[in-house]
Amino acid sequence: MSVELHYQTLVELATLLDTGRLSSVELTAAIIARTKAVDARVRAFNSFDEADALAQAAASDARRAAGQGRGPLEGIPVGFKDVISVAGQPLTASSKMLANFVSPYDATVTTRLKNAGAVCWGRLNLDEFAMGSSTENSAFQPTRNPWDLTRVPGGSSGGSAAALAAGEAVVTLGSDTGGSIRQPAALCGVVGLKPTYGLVSRYGLIAFASSLDQIGPFARTVEDAAILLGALAGHDERDSTSVKVELPDYRAGLGRRQAPWRLGIPKEYFGAGLDPEVAAAVEKAIAYYRGMGCEIKEVSLPHTEYGVGVYYIIATAECSSNLARYDGIRYGHRAQDAHDAVDIYFKSRAEGFGAEVKRRIILGTYVLSSGYYDAYYLRAQKVRTLIRQDFLNAYQEVDALLTPTSPTPAFKAGEKADPLAMYLCDVYTIGVNLAGLPALSVPCGFSSGGLPIGLQLIGQPFREAQLLAIAHAYEQAHDWHQKHPSL
Amino acid sequence: MNYEAVIGLEVHVQVRTNSKMFTRVAAGYGFEPNTLTDPVVLALPGTLPVLNKAALDAIIKTGLMLGCQIAPVCKWDRKNYFYPDSPKNYQISQYDQPVCLGGFVEIELPGPARNVMGEHKKIPLTRIHLEEDVGKLNHGASDSLIDFNRAGTPLMEIVSEPAMRTAEEAFAYLTSLRQTIIYGGISDCDMEKGQLRCDANISIRPVGETKLGTKVELKNLNSISFVRDGIAHEIKRQLAVVAAGGTLVQETRDYDGQTGASQSLRSKEMAHDYRYFPDPDLMPVKVDEAWKARLRAECPELPFDRQRRFLADYAVPYTITSVLVPDQELSQYFEETAKLAGPGRAQAVGNWIVNDLLRELGAAGLPLAASKVRPAQVAALVQLVEAGTVLNQGAKEIFTEMFATGEPPEVIADRRGLRAVPTDAGELEQWCRDAIAASPKALAEFKAGKESAINAFKGPVMKAAKGKANPKLVDEALRRLLAAM
Repeated sequence: MSVELHYQTLVELATLLDTGRLSSVELTAAIIARTKAVDARVRAFNSFDEADALAQAAASDARRAAGQGRGPLEGIPVGFKDVISVAGQPLTASSKMLANFVSPYDATVTTRLKNAGAVCWGRLNLDEFAMGSSTENSAFQPTRNPWDLTRVPGGSSGGSAAALAAGEAVVTLGSDTGGSIRQPAALCGVVGLKPTYGLVSRYGLIAFASSLDQIGPFARTVEDAAILLGALAGHDERDSTSVKVELPDYRAGLGRRQAPWRLGIPKEYFGAGLDPEVAAAVEKAIAYYRGMGCEIKEVSLPHTEYGVGVYYIIATAECSSNLARYDGIRYGHRAQDAHDAVDIYFKSRAEGFGAEVKRRIILGTYVLSSGYYDAYYLRAQKVRTLIRQDFLNAYQEVDALLTPTSPTPAFKAGEKADPLAMYLCDVYTIGVNLAGLPALSVPCGFSSGGLPIGLQLIGQPFREAQLLAIAHAYEQAHDWHQKHPSL
Repeated sequence: MNYEAVIGLEVHVQVRTNSKMFTRVAAGYGFEPNTLTDPVVLALPGTLPVLNKAALDAIIKTGLMLGCQIAPVCKWDRKNYFYPDSPKNYQISQYDQPVCLGGFVEIELPGPARNVMGEHKKIPLTRIHLEEDVGKLNHGASDSLIDFNRAGTPLMEIVSEPAMRTAEEAFAYLTSLRQTIIYGGISDCDMEKGQLRCDANISIRPVGETKLGTKVELKNLNSISFVRDGIAHEIKRQLAVVAAGGTLVQETRDYDGQTGASQSLRSKEMAHDYRYFPDPDLMPVKVDEAWKARLRAECPELPFDRQRRFLADYAVPYTITSVLVPDQELSQYFEETAKLAGPGRAQAVGNWIVNDLLRELGAAGLPLAASKVRPAQVAALVQLVEAGTVLNQGAKEIFTEMFATGEPPEVIADRRGLRAVPTDAGELEQWCRDAIAASPKALAEFKAGKESAINAFKGPVMKAAKGKANPKLVDEALRRLLAAM
């Protein structure tokens, strides 16, 4: 076996565990060792509890020994973006505001993963409160791209993507509000899936923009992602926006012969600003699908150009309200020298939030203000409906859409000082959140500089099984996912 | 110039549900501070609201009782403002699509005398919506403590049209609204526990003017009497400002019921911008006909409908219905008793309940539900009195003992020897003959047509009977004997 343990896939490791050639404690110890070896450079983790992880692994081994194994995730260390609650673990959102906060309860996805036997491994860095595209907005540390430590891993789930690319976890969880799973997955050369809005419970996910947020998996392969998605998905009575739908066996669906598919190429996603090497890699992927007999069709999503604008009205409006609870009264950072309630608010929030979070709270407060609501928020919601309709119209003709995930490969740390330049990183991913659709990023090549490039597949509501099958078909014929950074 | 006042009320009513409005933790009053909390109530990071259907049932039922239109679709909005008693720093409420629209509260104004019913009016409602209550601040000398037990309790806001003209109307409105909500089992409406709270919007305008004047919102009206007094005080204050040539400013004022004075809290310029927007965590709710029909079937008879029915069906005087009807349980008790007692006995039943039962309950400090005297006993007592089996004085004694022991009145009458005697007609007739024989003068007067002369015989008969003879039987026996003489 040539591949190091920390770079093996979930499927491979599950086989080793099942056949008794590996214990969860051995696997977890290997992941811990790897993390200790590389994370000083990658800085994917905000924190981890070695003893707790090993204790969970030992419990898993005991279950397995007793014949009570719980499936493919039994004993597998899963990394958590530090916005997803695990009882007894820190929950910081990479913000000074929650630097010392320990959550007393499990998110629904955490409960599900525990029920599936997974080991809840460390807390992964992000842009503060998931606001950003480079993980440079973390109040604690910037995470670096394992493929080039002078570059960003993308964001906001940069820690989740980088940890996986660096072999510091087997699979990880992220959250995606405007591309925060797919863009870092693309920049770090891993698979990242944003499920249909409502497929995965948001209970226990620190809210950024409630109508856009979804938790989703990062994995080395499409099959690994399918396994993790199967554990996460399903209606939750604690989340009123989670949907009751019949859930397919995502993993089993991969093997079924479904091709050829009808695939759409939205012309608005290949315009100015797209890096030529990214364009070339995506074109090659399209050519592969054509070659396997898929019908490739150009489609139009005419309202695409309004996506970023609409997103920064709706997301900021929701975040201005969602982040109001961080006030220094009940928990979180409280300014030391505050002398009354209003003073606590002003000083604690001034000290506790970073610049990007403040910028978005101010924007969102403005667009909801009396006299501006109709012109901004209400109008944005109407355009949002048009954007969703664009996609649904396209799905009259095609099964899924193929696009670049990110306009460029990973950029240099500190390169995008202008917030607007940073916002444009999400130009291809934002529409999916506004429309509530499932989408994933799968590696489709490397730049001449050796940086990963991602292909985005956008699917129909609750048709994740089909989306995964399309991605799987491509992945089976390519070996991008078998390449690893040298650290 | 003559001025009139224009008054609208915003009434908040806590809905009595087992759990809070958006989470499973129990709702309640009087618990140790911060024990009725969970991650959702405390707005911990990552928590989400899930609607309590029982709260929605309660407001729909309230709307049906008050003749509101129930919106086919209602939605939830966030009202954003910072305050330490509000864990999320926004309140989940309903902005432009409330559950209930329109409707009215029937009120009864004071009559010209206590025993005369006053005028009835319908005060139109604007809307009723559902929202969540906040926690409670307890201010100390150097710090403030927050109790989140109340936070997240379902709260209805009932908004009237500016349709009232006097403090008395506002008083009657609140009284009637409160009774109706209690009848519906929606809330106990205990103002001391904050289960019912009232803000008043008050303005004045020249009589005949149709536009509204500058409005003042009066807050912290902590009892129904304070509402009346605070509004009366505010109308006087506004009239005085205008009479002195001043201009009223739109503001919120705080009324202190103890001192009877008010002071400005904030002016219009300081008003909050609540930045309402639809809560993305909650879906709009559709209320269909079947849902409404199910709740309509649970709606009780309204207090004033019951009053009209009692007056018509039982022919009881207003003074009795005015005591019975405000209390749903008591009026049910009355009706059950009246039915058991039989036709024509409702007024006697009413008197026993309103006078004796309430007096005994009051003296014992007991609620009606704890009364050992049940309708069957009261009805039996009424029948015993009417049949002459027990006398009025004896009946009072029986009632007192019945209240203490819960025994049937016949048992007490027998044990205490309170049954009217003799039952032996021959003995009674002998006493009557003796009495007539002992007073020939009275006999002569009676024969001469002096009706009242018969009373001269009754004393000796009662004396012979040791006071336990049935006066009705005595009277009958005397007349029969006298007629034969």
